[in-house]
Amino acid sequence: MHEMSLCEGVLQVIEAEARAQHFLRVRRVRLEVGALACVEPEAMHFSFDAVTRGTLAQGAKLEIIRVAGEAWCLSCARAVSVDRRYENCPDCGSVLLQLTGGEELKIKSLEVE
Amino acid sequence: MCGTCGCGEGEMAINGHRHATEAVAGHTHAPGTSQARMVQIEKDIFAKNDGYAARNRRHFAAEQVLALNLVSSPGAGKTTLLTQTIVGMQASRPIAVIEGDQQTSRDAERIRATGAPTVQINTGKGCHLDAHMVGHALDRLTLTHGGLLFIENVGNLVCPAAFDLGEAHKVVILSVTEGEDKPLKYPDMFHAADLMILNKIDLLPHVNFDVEQCIAYARQVHPGIEVLPLSATRSDGMTVWYAWLDRAARARHESSEKPPVDKSARRQPTDRLSSEA
Repeated sequence: MHEMSLCEGVLQVIEAEARAQHFLRVRRVRLEVGALACVEPEAMHFSFDAVTRGTLAQGAKLEIIRVAGEAWCLSCARAVSVDRRYENCPDCGSVLLQLTGGEELKIKSLEVE
Repeated sequence: MCGTCGCGEGEMAINGHRHATEAVAGHTHAPGTSQARMVQIEKDIFAKNDGYAARNRRHFAAEQVLALNLVSSPGAGKTTLLTQTIVGMQASRPIAVIEGDQQTSRDAERIRATGAPTVQINTGKGCHLDAHMVGHALDRLTLTHGGLLFIENVGNLVCPAAFDLGEAHKVVILSVTEGEDKPLKYPDMFHAADLMILNKIDLLPHVNFDVEQCIAYARQVHPGIEVLPLSATRSDGMTVWYAWLDRAARARHESSEKPPVDKSARRQPTDRLSSEA
């Protein structure tokens, strides 16, 4: 359940932004989560609600934007999409894949008031 | 609240010293006075941990200490490997240990019995060590220049994969009493580790564990991962492990003559590939 500490990290960022950008309440949090990031969206939702209780983000909607995994196949010399780390190239079956996307874990934006 | 960095860390305790918990600021909503708006943030959630990890890494570089983050499931033999390693290597290299467990200081006591300086971190409900906890443990640990630091993470093959502690390498320990398909079941950890130690090989005649298949699975997840089979209790393969540590320590010394590399860059799309693949 490291999602709990990740949500605490999200809350700390929100609280710092609230001081810097002068808002009092958060309605929506948009989070970008890569398919290969070590994060389970369901656990994020669960933890987010627990962590934000009694804070300026209580009741805020957590919107998770999934980012597909992407890799560069050295054999095909082109970008392919992957769902897991240990997948072979979907076209040629090669294991020589260099991950190029899908590990993101980022707060994109907040809807605040 | 912590006097060093102002943190309130809930149930986390270092050598039994508990950090007081600071209540999170409550919301001060003034109804009817505000209007909804969008705030663009674009902030990496690991940025804070990675900042502490970079600080730990600078500390290790300044002391020319090779720091290793040992990860495994509970019971794979991390603590036994450590006590044996300390006994076998302490004469040639000073060794210090940071012990991570949810509760108790039993493992730290086992390590201290070898004479190595040890700090215990209890994570409370936490399932992993983070770079911030390790930074606090370092405040209580005197590192010897040119020595080794082992950080024994909480026994868990999932969460510790995501947290950079400032280490030079993650070392994953898998024992042959577990399933050989663990690298496929917990790919994030085997992907994050640079070395896989296959422990308890003295038990191979008694268990159904295919070593070659296990290595193949690990390299499917991480083509460049190095593998060392050993038995910490019977000392098989330990000299190869000591040689690996010596090599890694020398590489550490050579690289610390240059500015330290910020490993948070690892999260950028640059996966390593090995010529072995």
